[in-house]
Amino acid sequence: MSESNASATRIIPGNALRPEDIAAADLKPSTDIAEYALRLGDDSLLLAQRLGWWISRAPELEEDVALGNIALDLIGHARSFLSYAGHGLDKTEDDLAYFRREPEFRCAHLFVQPNGDFARTIARQLLVSHYQFELYSRLLKSTDPTLAAIAAKAVKEVDYHRDHSSQWVLRLALGTDESRRRMIAGLKLTWPYVEELFVDDQLLDTLGDAAVRPSTLRASFDSLITALLTEAELEVPDVPAAIGGGRSGKHSEHLGYLLAEMQVLAREHPGATW
Amino acid sequence: MTGGSTTGDDGSTAPAPETPQKRQPWPLWEVFVRSSRGLSHVHAGSLHAPDAQMAVRNARDLYTRRNEGVSLWVVPASSMITSDPDAKGQFFESPQGKDYRHATYYTKSDGVKHL
Repeated sequence: MSESNASATRIIPGNALRPEDIAAADLKPSTDIAEYALRLGDDSLLLAQRLGWWISRAPELEEDVALGNIALDLIGHARSFLSYAGHGLDKTEDDLAYFRREPEFRCAHLFVQPNGDFARTIARQLLVSHYQFELYSRLLKSTDPTLAAIAAKAVKEVDYHRDHSSQWVLRLALGTDESRRRMIAGLKLTWPYVEELFVDDQLLDTLGDAAVRPSTLRASFDSLITALLTEAELEVPDVPAAIGGGRSGKHSEHLGYLLAEMQVLAREHPGATW
Repeated sequence: MTGGSTTGDDGSTAPAPETPQKRQPWPLWEVFVRSSRGLSHVHAGSLHAPDAQMAVRNARDLYTRRNEGVSLWVVPASSMITSDPDAKGQFFESPQGKDYRHATYYTKSDGVKHL
């Protein structure tokens, strides 16, 4: 047996854009681009922090790893976006993640919603991954080459997140009475936070073709979600939209607790490494 | 908030089922990974999954997260027929000492080129 096929698990690092490459590059995004990158980075960062809770708590070990992988993908996206934003704000990714205060975060409310039970987490992941897939598919064509490059790396990973959550929605909705009841409840609790994702604001006017106008993603998001829910014999929940404001730093009670847990180590031991 | 993790199961309105059913463990699947084009699939390990589609996805998450593969097979462990470890003698020891089953046992005849 030759060396090359001696193991089924040989390691090839592969080539891909890494957050470290973005941090090391000589980039100078405008303040508006940096603000936009903060929004995208914060969404992924806070959701990753939420998902990390599931490690050791998912229904099976395999699902711990699946959710953990998704969280790590999201951390990768967040690091890239925050590193890029940092070039424009004269900060490092760690400054931005660990030393900003709650009103300085730019995430939408959906991303920090509580995990709830497994079905509620899957409902949140379904909506997030479909939104992010539509977003990154279009951000590929951004006139800003760094945003386009981050999107190109992220879109394939988010495509898998979409598949993972869709598979689970089908299984939970069409499984037992109990799993179906939980899936319906999870979707209903999560749906009010969809609206905020698709709101355009003044920053988007300023950015033009460097960014993606969220409102342009709504039609394809709706048609994909509706198709999946129909297959799962579910209905789009009839619930009023929650108040938004996350993009301008108006958050609910959830973010503070999440930040406290995420930031405590870095604030207690500034500059610590391991 | 009543102590414990602040990022966890604090928002569910779902009441606990009255009689929690004892859940059957998910079935076991064997995973085979092909590391690159042209090579064979090699057994990498096993995992639990509720069905075949989820088994392929779990295999992707468990066995290819360091770029190990370009193709995956999963097989229900219950479908694998294996040799009996206790029958090692009758199964595998017979070829021992039978050197003549190896090409190296034979001497090259004169006049045979390119061997």
